[in-house]
Amino acid sequence: MNFLSHFADREHVFDFLMPDASPVDVRHGPILYLEDVSVSFDGFKAINALNLTIDDGELRCIIGPNGAGKTTMMDIITGKTRPDTGSVWFGSRHDLLRMDEPQIARLGIGRKFQKPTVFEALSVFENLELAMATDKRLWPTLTARLTGETRDRIDEVLDTTGLTALARREAAILSHGQKQWLEIGMLLMQRPRLLLVDEPVAGMTEQEMERTAELLTGLAGRHSVVVVEHDMGFVRSIARTVTVLHQGSVLAEGSMDKVANDPRVIEVYLGGEEEVT
Amino acid sequence: MWLTRPFSERSTLVFMAVLIAAMVLVVAANLLIPADHPLHVSTYTVTLLGKYLCYALLAVAVDLVWGYLGILSLGHGAFFALGGYAMGMYLMRQIGDRGVYGDPVLPDFMVFLDWDALPWYWQGFDMAGFAFLMTMLVPGVLALVFGFLAFRSRVTGVYLSIITQALTFALMLAFFRNEMGFGGNNGLTDFKELLGFNIAADSTRIGLFVASGLALGLGYVLCRAIVASKLGRVCVAVRDAEARTRFLGYRVERYQLFVFVISAMLAGVAGALYVPQVGIINPSEFSPLFSIEIVIWVALGGRATLYGAVIGALVVNYAKSVFTGVMPEAWLFALGALFILVTVLLPRGIAGLLKQRRRDDEDMRDETALIGEAGT
Amino acid sequence: MRRLSCGRRLCFGLVMICMLLLGQGVSAAPASEDPGAMLLESLAEASFRDKEAVIDSIASSGDERAQQWLDAFADGRLQQVKDSGQFVIVLESRGREWPVADALTLKPIGEMSRRDLSRIRINNALRSHLDGMQTLLDLNAEDVELRLQAARDLLGEISQDSREDIARLAQEEEDADVAATLNQALALYALEQGDASAISTLSGSLNPKVRAALVQASRSDDGYLAERASQALADIEQLLTLNRAAETLYFGLSLGSVLVLAAIGLAITFGVMGVINMAHGELIMLGAYTTWAMQQLLPHQPGVALLLSIPAGFLVAALVGVAIERGVIQFLKGRPLETLLATFGVSLILQQLVRTLISPLNRSVMTPEWMSGSVMINDALSLTLNRLYVLGFALVVFAALMLVMRRTRLGLEVRAVTQNRAMARAMGIRATRVDILTFALGSGVAGLAGVALSQLTNVGPNLGQNYIIDSFMVVVFGGVGNLWGTLVAGLSLGVINQVLEPWAGAVLAKILVLVLIILFIQKRPRGLFPQKGRAAEG
Repeated sequence: MNFLSHFADREHVFDFLMPDASPVDVRHGPILYLEDVSVSFDGFKAINALNLTIDDGELRCIIGPNGAGKTTMMDIITGKTRPDTGSVWFGSRHDLLRMDEPQIARLGIGRKFQKPTVFEALSVFENLELAMATDKRLWPTLTARLTGETRDRIDEVLDTTGLTALARREAAILSHGQKQWLEIGMLLMQRPRLLLVDEPVAGMTEQEMERTAELLTGLAGRHSVVVVEHDMGFVRSIARTVTVLHQGSVLAEGSMDKVANDPRVIEVYLGGEEEVT
Repeated sequence: MWLTRPFSERSTLVFMAVLIAAMVLVVAANLLIPADHPLHVSTYTVTLLGKYLCYALLAVAVDLVWGYLGILSLGHGAFFALGGYAMGMYLMRQIGDRGVYGDPVLPDFMVFLDWDALPWYWQGFDMAGFAFLMTMLVPGVLALVFGFLAFRSRVTGVYLSIITQALTFALMLAFFRNEMGFGGNNGLTDFKELLGFNIAADSTRIGLFVASGLALGLGYVLCRAIVASKLGRVCVAVRDAEARTRFLGYRVERYQLFVFVISAMLAGVAGALYVPQVGIINPSEFSPLFSIEIVIWVALGGRATLYGAVIGALVVNYAKSVFTGVMPEAWLFALGALFILVTVLLPRGIAGLLKQRRRDDEDMRDETALIGEAGT
Repeated sequence: MRRLSCGRRLCFGLVMICMLLLGQGVSAAPASEDPGAMLLESLAEASFRDKEAVIDSIASSGDERAQQWLDAFADGRLQQVKDSGQFVIVLESRGREWPVADALTLKPIGEMSRRDLSRIRINNALRSHLDGMQTLLDLNAEDVELRLQAARDLLGEISQDSREDIARLAQEEEDADVAATLNQALALYALEQGDASAISTLSGSLNPKVRAALVQASRSDDGYLAERASQALADIEQLLTLNRAAETLYFGLSLGSVLVLAAIGLAITFGVMGVINMAHGELIMLGAYTTWAMQQLLPHQPGVALLLSIPAGFLVAALVGVAIERGVIQFLKGRPLETLLATFGVSLILQQLVRTLISPLNRSVMTPEWMSGSVMINDALSLTLNRLYVLGFALVVFAALMLVMRRTRLGLEVRAVTQNRAMARAMGIRATRVDILTFALGSGVAGLAGVALSQLTNVGPNLGQNYIIDSFMVVVFGGVGNLWGTLVAGLSLGVINQVLEPWAGAVLAKILVLVLIILFIQKRPRGLFPQKGRAAEG
């Protein structure tokens, strides 16, 4: 019956038909491609004719003052918000605007929220178990068993995130920094091709920040990573390419030094509350 | 097999043991102890307890969606009543020509309304198998359609609660109408026999009590199996952070729909067993007050525990029987106060109190273990 | 009397003759200087056939008391004391002892046993004669309203005898409306006599009597008459459809205004605090009971009591609302589902409290005189005044709330908290104070709704229950936190309900509306007027 239900499910792709872990096609260029995207809330243009390209395996930092549209941009990529105009492509095959959140997540785009959101009533272990890349349809989820392989993988991520000792505790008791780590761990379990990380180091200590920087740079290459961050020191420590968003569109793009010396960027930030140094 | 998983949990085993022991004791006290002995349990009491067991199953169904999925349904009474009506229709057809008007096919109220044929939706209810299937299918299909519409458009929280309440309210209005063909105001009653057994006979009543207990046990195990599976953890995830669950790649609305439908079907079974024991089903079972009362049973017993729902249903209904017997006016005051006190002072319910004591012990052990680890 | 017509003079002559004929009776009466006493005496003594003439003479006597005598006579309240032959008017005929007034002085003279009195007898022929006379009297009255009413009553009542008098009156009439109505009445008479030319005067009239006459005429053997009549009927039918639509709209708006009143308080509290106050319906009920209590305090002035109930109902409901907020809701911050349950408990207690302390039965609240009756737009459409007042009241309350929200500091703070609670708090707005005040405001408005409802339905413990689901539907339909949405949603739901009702029946209409709303949420989960922007999400 379990086997038969696969035939009834149109979305099911048989293993032997699956080309790769993630079906994204990056042979012809970037992994993420936003063109001329605009969205407005009640007349306020949160994103205004935004163009952005992320290459496969790249680590990109996105900075910008409050209200520049960083979080809205992530909402658009992950399917939470629909843009008024423009197109968003994942690789050269998948039009993200035609998909909803679970589809996009299954394609291999993982997201860490600005405010760490973990499942507080579940244990750290269970949080990671739910995040794991596996068949996430209903019946397989109901009958799923913990295999040794799964357990090993969870243990591995527990180790990476330093949460092994807390594996059996409810996520609710974790500190803010530990929740950030758990969420990053959940991202790792998803094995995404593209990670969208919103303010990963908020509420972390210096050492934790260093470890996060290490982790994120280590992920680049195999995965593509987009980091939105306010902490300039942190951005400087990991960034290769930086994009500055301002009023919903790209103000400047390039290496950290180039961007920091751009007079328009300096003006925007001097007018704002932070300074690029 | 995922269905047998709960039996490896201690809480399930304890629950089943207590349930079976209680049933055996009650039946034995009814059959073996002579009627004049103080320990004798009268058939009336057995039926009353059977009724409580149906309520308990209903509460378990509500706990499944509220406790684990975070959907506060104020319309579960509707599923319960629909199951009850399906059973009532079967029992009506069993009356045959023994009704007041002696019509071989039509129930009395239809003769009274001058109808000359059975409406199409009454067809087939003379067959027990079909009728019993319908006690689950009708609530299930309603939950499927309603849930599909609601969850697809991401209606949650208080919105969903009030819309479920509107659903049961609308059904109540509809069932009050004579033209609906369900006996209007009076509902369905005057049942004679069930599967060939006289419905008023003591043995039938004990049989129904046992059936209710078995249904509760099976329903409990089914719910426990769901809750203990990975699907159960997805439910909790949906309850605590719906958007996050979506971003992990789960189709939240399908999970909600699945659990909602299962819960509605359980409620239907509870209703079906309830009707032959009380001997009547009428539209008042659809009243919003009843549906919201179920929720308070669960809240009092303790959410997201399943056994808490059973405790809550038994405690509140026993209290209701006592109160309405002694001072009927005070019951609504007591119920109102219960709503306020439980939500404000006892958010985790009775089960929460029990758990708290256990957790304190566990935490102590955990801490010692951690200290031990650090020492090595 | 405005004008003394020659018909009157003729009557007077007749009376003189009667008096001569009845000379016997007059002389038997106790001596009295009052000519009225003589008239009454002859009325008492005359046979039914002769009484008609006596009535005419009373009417034309110019005596100021004539109207009262004739009214009392028509009702059988003009009576004679058996022993003394004194004429009295019975003021109230209940029980055994009746309060009476002297018919000549019109002053109350205490109570008399019914056994000591004998009624001056009257029959139906005399009654209708009196009615006709009354109409003629009224047609001559100074008051235009009175004349118009009398003219309306004439439709279909004109006889061969009265036709000429009326035609003359119609010509002399100064008021256009009265003249038109009189002409219509005359045309109706003409039509009944088979005069096709009368139809042009009648077409466009919505009076059922006119319609009946036209239907009759359209079946006539006279082809021309029948054709003209059918045409006129078709016109009338069209007008009637229009009027029926207007009536449905009116009832719909009336129901809608009730829904708006009931829902708008909920919209405020739900919008600001994100919690459903399930006791909202009971706050409405308390407002209605406040009106009842006010009327108990001022039993003889239902109007004043009603006006006083407006502030009183607001206060009572607002205070209870604040008690609910402080006593229950503040402990359940951030747990909307639990708040729903707890406030449901409050609603149970309030209901039972009213049942225990006052009565489980419905109480009736009086409608003051200036609110009863109806405004007649035309013969087919009249708007009941109480519904009109409630509609107006709802709009006033809405406008006042709009002002509070747009123009006061409280309104600004409320809007800020609705949009983003955390941010508002960060900017120094005391969210707790705002919560209390909004809750008081929302609850107070519920009280106002109750005051209004007491004029439309029975006041009972279950009054509020019937409105909580509907109110919430209005809020959902209109969009949370948007007063305009609530107004539009409430009124349109009311109209939809009334449009569906004749077609589907009341219960089915209600069910259909519920289903419609559930389907509507599919398309627009955030209602008609959703709050936009990032703050509204999540």
